[in-house]
Amino acid sequence: MRTTDSMTNILAITKREFFGYFGSAVAYVFIVIFLMLLGFFTFYISNFFEMGQADLQGFFQWHPWIFLFLIPAVAMRLWAEERRMGTIELILTFPITVWEAILGKFLAAWAFIGIALALTFPLVITAAYLGNPDLGAIFCSYVGSFLMAGAFLSVGIMTSSFTRSQVVSFIIAIVICLFFILAGFPPVIKALSGWSPAWLVDLVSYLSFLTHFMSIERGVLDLRDIVYYVSVIAFMLFINGVVIQNRRTA
Amino acid sequence: MIEIRNLAKKFGTKTAVDDVSFKVEKGEILGFLGPNAAGKSTTMRMITGFIPPTSGTAVIGGHDILTESIPARRKIGYLPENAPVYPDMTVFDYLAFCAEIRGFRGGKRSRAVEETLEKCFLTDVKRQTINTLSKGFRQRVCFAQAILHDPEYLILDEPTDGLDPNQKHEVRLMIKEMAARKAIILSTHILDEMDAVCTRAIIISRGRIVADDAPANLKTRSNLHGAVSLTLQGGDPEAFVAKAARIDGVASAKILEKEDDAAKVRIFPKAPDAALLNTILVALSESDCRASDVFVEQGRLDEVFRRITS
Ligand SMILES: Nc1ncnc2c1ncn2[C@@H]1O[C@H](COP(=O)(O)OP(=O)(O)OP(=O)(O)O)[C@@H](O)[C@H]1O
Ligand SMILES: [Mg+2]
Repeated sequence: MRTTDSMTNILAITKREFFGYFGSAVAYVFIVIFLMLLGFFTFYISNFFEMGQADLQGFFQWHPWIFLFLIPAVAMRLWAEERRMGTIELILTFPITVWEAILGKFLAAWAFIGIALALTFPLVITAAYLGNPDLGAIFCSYVGSFLMAGAFLSVGIMTSSFTRSQVVSFIIAIVICLFFILAGFPPVIKALSGWSPAWLVDLVSYLSFLTHFMSIERGVLDLRDIVYYVSVIAFMLFINGVVIQNRRTA
Repeated sequence: MIEIRNLAKKFGTKTAVDDVSFKVEKGEILGFLGPNAAGKSTTMRMITGFIPPTSGTAVIGGHDILTESIPARRKIGYLPENAPVYPDMTVFDYLAFCAEIRGFRGGKRSRAVEETLEKCFLTDVKRQTINTLSKGFRQRVCFAQAILHDPEYLILDEPTDGLDPNQKHEVRLMIKEMAARKAIILSTHILDEMDAVCTRAIIISRGRIVADDAPANLKTRSNLHGAVSLTLQGGDPEAFVAKAARIDGVASAKILEKEDDAAKVRIFPKAPDAALLNTILVALSESDCRASDVFVEQGRLDEVFRRITS
């Protein structure tokens, strides 16, 4: 009984938030920018046609960097807008738990990003048409990219709960996400390993979104990587809940 | 029944609500009154579970808002101050969303929404986006949200704020109609509204309850209660006032204003219910003034309010 109630509550929130994206031009602008940026990097910087790679590495390697800017933009309104308009006072006095509200919002934004990601599919078809890509590896990379997007998003929704300003939320989210990327960025790892002990280097790179994404990209969907992303998401959403419950004002 | 037990809220070192306790039974409409920053909204926010109290709690129909928050909130309809609503949804979609959150499904959901639209005179604008509505209509949409699930307990923070006189009247009627089956707490700055709608008034000032009584009883606390006001034409009002002041049971009499021929006079009794009117009228007939207007004051809420809260 409780769980079906929970599900329907979450679903109600998800539906509202999800159609909220499409109710304004923001959704279309976001999708267009996402596809254009990805296209630009893939075709002009990575030289997609000349690479002849079977796993679309020249396409997926850009995802973390594009997510870094676009996902905080998708997430920033989730709580900040609610606080600014005072509607948080209604949503938090409805007979639903804070966790249902958070999950509902998170899932809506995640589904939205999932759609943007799915719209890159013509690229796979092109690759399959031109060559002989490893479809298994591509599938894994999509799953990895979607999981990583969830991790970015969980940071964004958390920072959105800190403030009533979307801009502030956006900036804090980018800073935190940048840390999660750079911790696994090869040049940073190299610089770090010059002076710090190996366990610290391992720990830092373990914390990075990038490390786990690269490992999934190789075509192995390791349970450990999935657990990593799910834990990051759970942790960020937990902080989100604590912040919302301990807020003194709207 | 809503039972508020020793509710208190501190923001830092500042006490917004200080040890407030009261009970509201079904059938009662409790008016929550107080100057700005008295703590009305803060109290309502604690009753509805939006902000946690520093100490004390509220029990809504047997469910403690702190420990059994969800069942308690199910029984409440809440109209927050400034009527927040999602601006980019249509009126219908918004209410449908609220209905879904309240557990209405399928046909039941559309029926609940349609009925509420009708009750709140929103049917004509149901396809309109909320941010294109006027302030009064937005207020009504939020009010609609509060009564959608026919809750046992209604908490309304300034429900008629921003409405035109006709709409104010409609909303008051609606509140009165619903009252038999519900316990209603509403806050307001309009004293006439409280007089017209509420069966009981609580006045709070600086976070504390300073009066808890029926509006009619509150009025009797007014200095004006039982005073006789007259408008006199011609003659010598000073002589009349001097004479009236000597009548047994009269505390004082004075001329409020004087203009050409007319004078406004008020006579205060020693004890509020001394039946003075007759003696005053006799004195009046013996004087050379003619009265164009005689009025026994009920007492004024605004005067009581000012005296209690300042
Ligand atoms: N989040 C907050 N942080 C700090 N102080 C607050 C907060 N919310 C309310 N207060 C203070 O608590 C006091 C009571 O505020 P409240 O909004 O309850 O007043 P009110 O009686 O509703 O007034 P009004 O008639 O103007 O609506 C005020 O002094 C206000 O400044
Ligand atoms: Mg208020």
